[in-house]
Amino acid sequence: MSQSHLMIHIVPGKCDYCGCCVGVCPEDAIELMESKIAIIEERCTNCRKCVWACPWEVIEFHREGVTELPKHTPQMLNEPVKFQ
Amino acid sequence: MKKFDYDVIVVGAGPAGSTAARYAAAGGAKVLMLEKDRDVGYPVRCGEAVSHEGVSQFITPDPKWIASTVTKFRLVAPNGNSVIPNLDGGGYVLERRIFDYELAKIAADAGAEVITKAYVYDLLRENDAVVGVKVLIKDQKTEIRAKVVIAADGVESRVGKWAGMDTTCHIKDMESCAQMTLSGIDVEEDVLDFYFGDSISPGGYLWVFPKGKSTANVGLGLSVDAAKKKSAIRFLHEFVERKYPKAAMLTHIAGGVPCAKTNPEIVKGNVILVGDAAHQVNPVSGGGIISGMIGGMIGGQVAAEAIQSGELKFLCEYEKRWHKRLGWRHDVFYNIKNAISRFDDSTLNNICDSALELPVEKRTLGAIFRAALWNQPSMIIDVAKVFVS
Repeated sequence: MSQSHLMIHIVPGKCDYCGCCVGVCPEDAIELMESKIAIIEERCTNCRKCVWACPWEVIEFHREGVTELPKHTPQMLNEPVKFQ
Repeated sequence: MKKFDYDVIVVGAGPAGSTAARYAAAGGAKVLMLEKDRDVGYPVRCGEAVSHEGVSQFITPDPKWIASTVTKFRLVAPNGNSVIPNLDGGGYVLERRIFDYELAKIAADAGAEVITKAYVYDLLRENDAVVGVKVLIKDQKTEIRAKVVIAADGVESRVGKWAGMDTTCHIKDMESCAQMTLSGIDVEEDVLDFYFGDSISPGGYLWVFPKGKSTANVGLGLSVDAAKKKSAIRFLHEFVERKYPKAAMLTHIAGGVPCAKTNPEIVKGNVILVGDAAHQVNPVSGGGIISGMIGGMIGGQVAAEAIQSGELKFLCEYEKRWHKRLGWRHDVFYNIKNAISRFDDSTLNNICDSALELPVEKRTLGAIFRAALWNQPSMIIDVAKVFVS
């Protein structure tokens, strides 16, 4: 099985689903629904345009790859959400 | 051959989509409008300002979707000096969630059907031709057949790409935006404020648009090139902490605005693009409500005419009519935007000071523009380019 080459990571739970990243993606590699977002791994070339475009700094670039990073937000929160 | 369910499917129920649906239905077409979110008009991703002249072409101004009526705008230079140009006719700061809803209602009254929470995930094809859309309606996969697909799916448009049009916005033209609706602040209810400067919003501007007496949309857009170094949200937080430290935050949103020329292709086969999806945004102001509605109107009308005549080749007419109506002007504005975005803080300060030297009654936008030319003569070349190219 081939190792994933993906270096782009959307931090779970922080995205506002605004679509700015989709607008600059030259590869049509981002799937965006009402409140779901995902990188389409086979198409992504790690060009980082989405990383730069994201107004909220929700999309990160990890040169070492993203396989180890969490893909989902925890379903249950035992601690209250902290606001800034 | 299988029958068509609809003449026209409109993807997206923002102002451009609803206007396209309205005019297509009014022209006799059987129309279905699909919206990916649960609600039309929500979430709002917009500064919400429009001119009276622009909006009145389509709908009679109604207090229920007007948050503030504005009569002037103020341009604030990096050094804090400001100038209020004289304006003919005012405008409004909208309640987009009600405004968009009204526009969808007008489309429905004209005969269009509307389905929300309907996510279009692909085009339906037959012998290389687009014959409708594949859509996820409340998690159920469905195929709907139509003769024409109007893509009004916004800055995140993918429908155009699936139809073979390159709708990617170059990062130098995409404005990365963030906005808060702040409450409990001092605002002048009838003034739109625009702040410029490299430390505020490089390659763009920051806006304060009043929504009533003590509330305002405070947002900014900066070019993605500039956002590489520092994101929109950071610039916004800095400004708000400095200027409105005690404000309550009612909304906090992000978004992208394609401040480009109209997309090189906006029609292909029987798919047409309108609104942000077609990059029909005024590249200088970043305003896209009215220009998107104009694109939607032309698109809807042309689609209905093409259906009535049975000649889908007629859809090409859309591109011609758009460029004649507004596209050519956006080309000029695009070159002006490129010139303005290169202004450094001292040039902006000089332009403002030159405008302030004029007698109050002579402070028009045109005069400020001449001051800009005086300060930055190379701008003439940028403007001239559009006429020679």
